[in-house]
Amino acid sequence: MEKKIRVLVAKPGLDGHDRGAKIVARALRDAGMEVIYTGLHQTAEMVVETAIQEDVDVVGLSLLSGAHMTLFVDVARLIKKKGLDDVLIIGGGIIPEEDISKLHKEGIAGVFGPGTPCEDIIKFIKENVKR
Amino acid sequence: MIKNKELENIKKIKSDWEKNYYMPHVKKHPERRKKFENLSWNEINNLYTPEDVAHIDYIKDIGFPGLYPFLRGIHPNLHRGRLWTFRQFSGFGSAEETNQRYKYLLDHGETGLSVAFDYPTLYGYDTDHAMSRGEFGKCGVAISSLQDMEILFKEIPIDKVTTSMTINGPAAIVWGFYIANAENRGINRRIIGGTIQNDILKEYIAQKSFIFPPEPSMRLIVDTFEFGYKEIPRWNTISISGYHIREAGSTAVQELAFTVGDGIEYVKWAMKRGLKIDDFAPRLSFFFNSHNDFFEEIAKYRAARRIWAKGLKKLGAKKSRSLLMRFHTQTAGVSLTAQQPEINITRVTLQALAAVLGGTQSLHTNSMDEALALPSEKAVRIALRTQQIIAEESGVTSTVDPLGGSYYIEWLTDKMEEETYQYWDRVEKLGGVLPAIEKGFYQREIANAAYKYQKEIEEKKRIVVGVNEYKMDEPVDIPILKMDEKGEERQINRLKKLRKDRNKQKYERTIKALRKAAEDNENLMPYILDCVHSYATLGETCQVLRDVFGEYEEPAIY
Amino acid sequence: MKDIAKKVLSGDSRAIARLITLAENNDPSANDSMKDIHPHTGKAHVIGITGVMGSGKSTLIYELTRLYRKQGKTVGIIAIDPTSPFSGGALLGDRVRMMELTMDEGVFIRSMGTRGMLGGLASAVYDVVEILDASGKDVVIVETVGVGQAEVDIIKIADTTLVIIVPGLGDSIQTLKAGVMEIADIYVVNKADRAGVEQTVAEVESLVDITCSEKERKTPILSTIAKHGEGVKELIIEIENHEKYLKKTKEFETKRRLRYEAELIEIIRKRLMNFIFDEEQFKDKVELLIDQISKKQIDPHSAAEEILSKILK
Ligand SMILES: Nc1nc2c(ncn2[C@@H]2O[C@H](COP(=O)(O)OP(=O)(O)O)[C@@H](O)[C@H]2O)c(=O)[nH]1
Ligand SMILES: [Mg+2]
Repeated sequence: MEKKIRVLVAKPGLDGHDRGAKIVARALRDAGMEVIYTGLHQTAEMVVETAIQEDVDVVGLSLLSGAHMTLFVDVARLIKKKGLDDVLIIGGGIIPEEDISKLHKEGIAGVFGPGTPCEDIIKFIKENVKR
Repeated sequence: MIKNKELENIKKIKSDWEKNYYMPHVKKHPERRKKFENLSWNEINNLYTPEDVAHIDYIKDIGFPGLYPFLRGIHPNLHRGRLWTFRQFSGFGSAEETNQRYKYLLDHGETGLSVAFDYPTLYGYDTDHAMSRGEFGKCGVAISSLQDMEILFKEIPIDKVTTSMTINGPAAIVWGFYIANAENRGINRRIIGGTIQNDILKEYIAQKSFIFPPEPSMRLIVDTFEFGYKEIPRWNTISISGYHIREAGSTAVQELAFTVGDGIEYVKWAMKRGLKIDDFAPRLSFFFNSHNDFFEEIAKYRAARRIWAKGLKKLGAKKSRSLLMRFHTQTAGVSLTAQQPEINITRVTLQALAAVLGGTQSLHTNSMDEALALPSEKAVRIALRTQQIIAEESGVTSTVDPLGGSYYIEWLTDKMEEETYQYWDRVEKLGGVLPAIEKGFYQREIANAAYKYQKEIEEKKRIVVGVNEYKMDEPVDIPILKMDEKGEERQINRLKKLRKDRNKQKYERTIKALRKAAEDNENLMPYILDCVHSYATLGETCQVLRDVFGEYEEPAIY
Repeated sequence: MKDIAKKVLSGDSRAIARLITLAENNDPSANDSMKDIHPHTGKAHVIGITGVMGSGKSTLIYELTRLYRKQGKTVGIIAIDPTSPFSGGALLGDRVRMMELTMDEGVFIRSMGTRGMLGGLASAVYDVVEILDASGKDVVIVETVGVGQAEVDIIKIADTTLVIIVPGLGDSIQTLKAGVMEIADIYVVNKADRAGVEQTVAEVESLVDITCSEKERKTPILSTIAKHGEGVKELIIEIENHEKYLKKTKEFETKRRLRYEAELIEIIRKRLMNFIFDEEQFKDKVELLIDQISKKQIDPHSAAEEILSKILK
């Protein structure tokens, strides 16, 4: 068996700052993962449908506009609704402390702020991936 | 810059010094790194001497401030006369809240306004559009119609204060809101001043808030150039921006090369349309980043001025006003750390100092908390005060271009100029700016630089204080700005009412006329102004252009 | 029949996606399901698309799919990108061009890394084609990486192979000359909005004249502007013509035979490799033999014979 971790890196919403998403995408590739990148301006529905078709282990969301409480939560709820219980959800962006616990409660297991070393994200995925 | 005999002498002494003094010293006291590099991965030598600048002809290559090639500055007395404009980029939530913030800033000594718009506005969507979900007021103020613009500038003297607006895809429409607002307030549109960013090329390259494909976007931009110099002569119709290219992870050299290259591209498009270069070129302005490597940044601004002057001359510009590069600077948002946010004040100070020494015309200093959230009032005030300290206390404004003639600075300035031309050659080989964008050339160059930089930080080849060294565990104690939760609802209701109350015939007539003009090849600005005056919303007006022009999809590049 | 196989046959996206994963991972639990679905395969027309990076393959697939959908056909898309030989990871970015198709229930898109296979295909691609075929897709489109001389495996799986060329790329014509000429059933000169289309078309034409002089069917050359959907309708007609031609001439059977041969070889290869390198009884022996080769105690051929003799026993 040659199991590989598959990760969807998605940018929901209108924010076009993709430097972070791209750096993370590359770092994950360099850590041996298969990274599916969707490009900009995704709706929650598109993110989740892509996650289904690509059968990913991880959905990584990136958003710097501050709309995470709406858009991350939209995705997380839809993932739950579709019953994708074995998908690990992580998110990155400029996220104030007080929002982090709320996001955790919504099922976004890892929340990473600016300047997080890619190593930390890789480690988090490897330790928490559900299958 | 120096006579041959003297140079021979310096060379000789230098090589002696290196052999007999420097090397033995280094052997005993090794240097901290094997190689010293700046942020463009240029190797920096231990010392620069007249040897490194021997090829420079002072009068031709450096010259005097206010004179070609403008290396030392665009005015003869630079900051001894007028200080740069203190212009803080700002906007959040609803028009009402941002209006309050502007008044606060002006009360505290800000001398120009700079509007940050939220994402829906940047993409030409009204606040009640489905794609706007979750984004209202998050990264800037939401402006969906002339009515919102009226509120935004209520009681602000727009006949005196100049306003810069960071808007690109729908720039022509938002500019229309501003002009219409002035007209409705009885202010002659010929006296209002300000800037629209209106730089679509860097959106394709880096920032990604584009709407239309390149050709129609360029057409719209040239429309604004033409309308601008004829009708709104004090307005900068574009701010050609390296800031976002840098924020996306480029090096300083890339920022320089791509931005000034974009500038030349705009000039070519306008000339192709038949505009005269000396008519529109004086209204082109620039916008650069100020990042961490102090001297590299200073050299970048100096090189930019010279490259631009040479480039425009080559394209046939005659007027001095056309050749000189005026630019705004913002300190680097990406360099701010979420860790120990207060130390960002120090970073910003150094970056701002570099911008001033580089001869900037206008400056935004970032607030310390921007890596965490929208800046609070206190953080903005400190950022503004930083500029005031540089201006009033540091003494750096007493003379023009104080670093000019420094062996290191002049060497680096030359080097950056040379590397810029190398980049231009590569772009040329790809068929020019638009084909290079389509092929993802810029995007790939930037992504590679960003990735390399990030890896170096993770490998501790580069130190970022508070991030990979000098760390501490601390509760982050930054007051977070709270937005008015009713703002979005209020604005949506206002929009609904506006759509109901406006003169329907007039609205439909102007929108129809715009569509026709867009399908033909007329200058769209007058038609856009008519739409705006009839209270067509941003989304409605933009949709007409979306229908006619189509939407841009970016080439996927890593 | 296993539950997952039933669901695949009913077109259930999650089951399709999961079975693909199992096949990709060489998970033995996929074998039974693959057996179950096989009788339901063979209906889909498989289109292979190859061409250098950036030539517009993904864009073209997007446009083709939109048209097929208008005709009421369902489409499965397999987009293969290279796996990094250093890390084993991959960046799979083809979907970006096709995001508009995501919410269409009649379309299923899957991105794959080559995972160490040469030839531009992924080892599991045969399985994935069968899965999409069994799930009821009328058309299955496979996008593969590059046309170099090594990346010609696409013909082993496709009924119709499209080779994409763009104007002004001298090297791609060179590559064609160097021997991949034979693989195209249809040439597509994309980016026809660019300068030099006529010249490129002419160059391809002269190549076709040489290679097809003795054949019954002359490989057609079409120009398209994928970005604007131009020429795509004509391309679909050519694909249909090719399908008709295949069926008429029995070449269809030859092609399918080729595919099953490749598939069989791939399955045997994979299973054998798993057997040798993963099974407990062999693993240690293999390690030992490699040690011995390194120490020059045995040569690789004799070592291989030793392993094979154990299996054949
Ligand atoms: N000018 C032009 N560009 C095209 C055309 N078709 C695709 N492109 C562009 O070429 C780039 C690469 O396309 P893509 O489909 O990703 O190529 P792939 O790597 O072969 O899959 C994208 O920016 C497309 O928009 C075309 O017909 N004309
Ligand atoms: Mg592709």
